Amino acid sequence: MEGDFFYQAFIYLGAAVVAVPLAKKLGLGSVLGYLIAGVLIGPFVLGFVGEEGQDIMHFAEFGVVMMLFLVGLELQPSLLWKLRKSILGLGGMQVGITAIIISAVALMFTDLAWQTALAVGLTLALSSTAIVIQTLNEKGLMKTEGGQNAFSVLLFQDIAVIPILAFFPMLAVFELQHIDSGHHEELWLNSLPIIWRTLVMLGGIASIIFGGKYLIGPAFRLIAQTRLRELFTVAALLLVIGITLLMTQMGLSPALGTFLAGVVLAQSEYRHQLETDIEPFKGLLLGLFFIAVGASIDFKLIGSSPATIAMLVFGLILIKLIVLFVIGKVFGMRMDNNMLFSFGLAQGGEFAFVLVSFGLQNGVMDAATADPLIAAVAISMALTPLLMMVNEKFIQPNFGTKEEDDREADVVDVQNNIIIAGFGRYGSMIGRFLQANGQQATYLDIDPNNVDLLRKLGFKVFYGDASRHDLLHAAGAEDAKLLIVTVDVPEKAIEIVKTAKEHFPHLKIISRARSWSNYSDLIDAGITNIYREYLESSLRMAADALACSGFRAYQVERAVKKFKRHDERLLRELSSQKHEDGSFLRGGKRNIEELERMMLEDMENDAKDKDLGWDVGSVKEEYAKFFKAHFDTDTPSNFSKRYKGDE
Amino acid sequence: MKVLILFAHPAFHKSNVNKVMVDGLSATDSVTFHDLYQAYPDFDIDIEREQELLSQHDCVIFHYPFFWYSNPALLKEWQDLVLTHGWAFGSKGNMLKGKLFFTAITAGGPKASYTNDSFNGYTIQQLIAPLLQSAMLCKMITLPPFIVYGTHAIELPEVMKQKRIYSELLRQLAEDEFEVEAALEYEDLNDYITHKMK
Repeated sequence: MEGDFFYQAFIYLGAAVVAVPLAKKLGLGSVLGYLIAGVLIGPFVLGFVGEEGQDIMHFAEFGVVMMLFLVGLELQPSLLWKLRKSILGLGGMQVGITAIIISAVALMFTDLAWQTALAVGLTLALSSTAIVIQTLNEKGLMKTEGGQNAFSVLLFQDIAVIPILAFFPMLAVFELQHIDSGHHEELWLNSLPIIWRTLVMLGGIASIIFGGKYLIGPAFRLIAQTRLRELFTVAALLLVIGITLLMTQMGLSPALGTFLAGVVLAQSEYRHQLETDIEPFKGLLLGLFFIAVGASIDFKLIGSSPATIAMLVFGLILIKLIVLFVIGKVFGMRMDNNMLFSFGLAQGGEFAFVLVSFGLQNGVMDAATADPLIAAVAISMALTPLLMMVNEKFIQPNFGTKEEDDREADVVDVQNNIIIAGFGRYGSMIGRFLQANGQQATYLDIDPNNVDLLRKLGFKVFYGDASRHDLLHAAGAEDAKLLIVTVDVPEKAIEIVKTAKEHFPHLKIISRARSWSNYSDLIDAGITNIYREYLESSLRMAADALACSGFRAYQVERAVKKFKRHDERLLRELSSQKHEDGSFLRGGKRNIEELERMMLEDMENDAKDKDLGWDVGSVKEEYAKFFKAHFDTDTPSNFSKRYKGDE
Repeated sequence: MKVLILFAHPAFHKSNVNKVMVDGLSATDSVTFHDLYQAYPDFDIDIEREQELLSQHDCVIFHYPFFWYSNPALLKEWQDLVLTHGWAFGSKGNMLKGKLFFTAITAGGPKASYTNDSFNGYTIQQLIAPLLQSAMLCKMITLPPFIVYGTHAIELPEVMKQKRIYSELLRQLAEDEFEVEAALEYEDLNDYITHKMK
């Protein structure tokens, strides 16, 4: 059993690792890569996986749930409110009109009962959230008008599934079948009267909103205080799975539930940490989902009636495309956005699989209708990335007008030029100083207490590990000018610097260094502005000691500056020599040796007097003689020639 | 009369003459000795405190070594920051009005080298014109300078003599024996005091 699991995991992961980079290289996008990988390992090509592909798909659908959670996290409630028109208007019209047209076409060209035709229409009206959002994200088009509208429609579809599921049993024309799928067992809720059911559902949604707002924050704070990073990940997963369970129990879409939770948490300080924690799981599961879709395409069926399937796919895509395009036009979308919107959503979705199997169980359709439908939906999903590419490469350049870049400004929230990684004793000083001088900064910190404090004061602060490029990205590193690294752990500072250098080469980085070796590592990482944390205060203390022993304040001031420069230069020298003899500054003995060298250099340095300009010694030596010779009388001298430098 | 000495010497630890000249100056009640380079080694001048000090005194002395025919950098910074418009000068800036002002200078060359046809090309009175005019703008009464000449080759007896003159000058100011009208007749305050002491 266990060996079986590992074998399967190996096949799936291996296929992904081989196919996805190839697809990416060919410019096909990761979704198509996964789909192709699925087809390849599926029963009809290599045959590595068989019928269990279906089960994997059900499991991997959880990736869609996670994706919607992440989408929700990106959406402030205010933005969602702004989208209400396009969600209801665009989404409602798309689902309604597409369902009616597809049903009408089905009635015209087949001998299906009207109930079945209607069910088919409703089923095919839905698009694939997973493929569309993943592809839009990958292309960076999510925040364009077309992307936002596509998202609105998908959101409406997610909501619409619930009434459609409730409506299906009323369309039954066949004998009820009892397929033991294990996924859609009777819910206890269904035995309740409809009003109670509605109340329970509303209660469930309310509890997610309430919990997200008031319970999750403190809970995560407690978890974060344990400083066990993995515990946070565990909690994040627990949250998503918990909501999924709750929603399933109530017969609601888990994707919708997690989406709501995401929106509620979008304003929480843990938003970015949640994002970074859930993201890899989502990616993995979604990839698995796409592979499963690819593997489940029934080539035997397609082979037996290729013309029918081709017609179905073509008709499905064409009808959806036209409906979407017309609605887009009605809603005043510009050409290029409308193209993206229409081509993006013109496919069947993963909900079709759910609805079809539900329809089979409830006698809405029979297998003869369902099987070609499933095949057509899977193929249309697989074609989506290709369609979007065709749109991008051939249609848009010729018919679309290019969108101006500055349109999305209102979607992005306030942007600070400065990002401070670490708000401890050290970073807080910097933050306070900048704040006092009217410079707003964005803070990243791993300590929940700091995050709390900053939030209370109204600062823009994110909880999380600043060495992760996605967190830096979320903090606006793309547009920021300066990154200040003040974290406690030297290795972390180096990591942050490296990540930032790699992903945001335009950023100027200045960093705190904890030790000589840290300093030297930072130099190696290409940082020039490095601040040793003990340098200023120890030198200040030394300076006061010098003043206490009778030195003039200004003399001390200059001595400190001189020493600092000397020290800096020396450290840089030593650091560059490190590479020549291969070892330096590591371990106690080394440090002592270096300290000895530095102290010797200090003595030499001290001999070079910087205040020569104020030293009248040599001036006296030269001019005293001269003045004595020419002016040493009580009566004014008749000396009239100017001094020429030679007596 | 209360006297404020604004002393500016960036390398006081290397000085010979001024060490003697300022020794014991802060001991008297009516004379305030304010060592600028000691107070503001980082040039971060406390403007409020400086203006407060100015308002508490009736006579202001700039005491400094003559470097490059001018005053040390911090004293210039002090002027730039402390003598603000509306406080020190301008139609509403009357806080210094009627106060006495003069400079106490130690210069390397002998007096005879500071003439228009000699080594230094100008008299010290000419060279300190910017300070005098600044004081005028602040509606102060400007007095001739107090100058210790020839410090490059000076001997201790001469320094002690100048120190006695400086002390007498400060005493007269403090005890209101100083005669402004009479002093204005002289090239420098050293001469005025020397004559009065005779």
